[in-house]
Amino acid sequence: MKTVPASDGLAVELRDVGYSLDNRKIISGVSFQVAPGETLVLLGRSGTGKTTTLKLINRLLEPSSGEIFVEGRSQLAWDPIRLRRRIGYVIQDVGLFPHWTVEQNVAMVPRLESWPESRVRERVREMLALVGLDGAKFATRKPSELSGGQRQRVGVARALAADPPILLMDEPFGALDPITRAELQREFCELATRLEKAIVFVTHDLREALLIGTHIGLFAEGRLAGIYTPDEFLHSGNAEARAFVDSLHGGESKDRGSPRITGKWGKT
Amino acid sequence: MGEDMNFWNFLINDHAEILSRTWEHLLLVGAAMLAAVLVGIPLGIALVRRQKLRRWVLGAANVIQTIPSLALFGFLIPVPFLGGIGARTAIVALALYALLPILTNTYTGIAGVDPAVLESARGMGMTPRQILWDVQLPLSIAVILAGVRVAMIICIGVATIAAAIGAGGLGVFIFRGVAMVSNAVILAGAIPAALLAIGVDFILGLVEQRLTP
Repeated sequence: MKTVPASDGLAVELRDVGYSLDNRKIISGVSFQVAPGETLVLLGRSGTGKTTTLKLINRLLEPSSGEIFVEGRSQLAWDPIRLRRRIGYVIQDVGLFPHWTVEQNVAMVPRLESWPESRVRERVREMLALVGLDGAKFATRKPSELSGGQRQRVGVARALAADPPILLMDEPFGALDPITRAELQREFCELATRLEKAIVFVTHDLREALLIGTHIGLFAEGRLAGIYTPDEFLHSGNAEARAFVDSLHGGESKDRGSPRITGKWGKT
Repeated sequence: MGEDMNFWNFLINDHAEILSRTWEHLLLVGAAMLAAVLVGIPLGIALVRRQKLRRWVLGAANVIQTIPSLALFGFLIPVPFLGGIGARTAIVALALYALLPILTNTYTGIAGVDPAVLESARGMGMTPRQILWDVQLPLSIAVILAGVRVAMIICIGVATIAAAIGAGGLGVFIFRGVAMVSNAVILAGAIPAALLAIGVDFILGLVEQRLTP
């Protein structure tokens, strides 16, 4: 990796972070650390504060209490614009600029950072190839000419274009059909191990969390109930974790009649 | 009397005056539109983030729109600096009429930009200025221009009444024609005004096509 994380080797660290809106606590007491090469999945039901936590990291929201460090520097010491350009951001609705071509979308942060034009073009080609899109075919298209899966591939390419050491992903595959979703999850897993980024990934899908996460942070009612490896999670005694695992088994036996997930992850 | 004066004769004999009145008309509308665009678009953008201000400003613009145009011209005459007899008062009144469509369309266009697009623009480190110029304005330009077109048509029509307060323009023929009970003279004002409206709308349509991404 080109980018050297701070001395303590952590890309992202939250210390006892809380966020309140109109005197209502959205999250409180959240602490975790993510090192380069790790993928922390924030798992939880809707409305438990996962997305809020993610937006605190790239300072789309400001914490009400606690401290956040990015690459070893307190977030307050960062200029928010500089900070965000070092953090890739992928959201469920993708948010590609509809008036820009795929090429322009992917080149967004490199151009904001005034890379030389030849390097930008080179980088766009690389990124499109990385996410499995043929640059010659797709570079000049507008987002409206892409399928949902292709759009999210472009979204990932855009987030990675300036080679940020940190990647934030908010249910990036949530709006895709199940087959495309499985395809993108699989490819993304492979990409994540190759890229050595620090990734924070929000989902409410346990199957996705088990597949993608090196660690799973379980959110319940605005708090982090625990951080587990995928194996630990499946055997955790935590009630909320059990609820997730049970829903997985229930869904699994009803849908396919096969306990495939237990077979893969169940052994400790 | 008057009926014996044929429209075509009038056109041929008085084409110099028709042309100069048309030019006057265009100047009135042009000046008013320039002011309305310069105030309306920035104000419309400012309203997106200010809910309280929005209620007041849009409310005021709506109220102005409901004042009959002849009355608005009349109201403005005694107002110091802005008012009086002549073109200045007319331009102020026309600009006030043009403001509402420009204001509402600018506000609606900018507020209608997909929130996911804005979130990713912010999240990827665009500055507020970059977001405005590279994202919000290009994505709402069609809606804003539609407002400008509507304002332009309103202005060209209402500007005929400006003649009542001595501001000149094509309205001069219409008022004169009414006084003379001459359809030919009325038409000499009304037809160029209509053609002006159609022509300007056509040109703005082309601009809209060119600017829409």
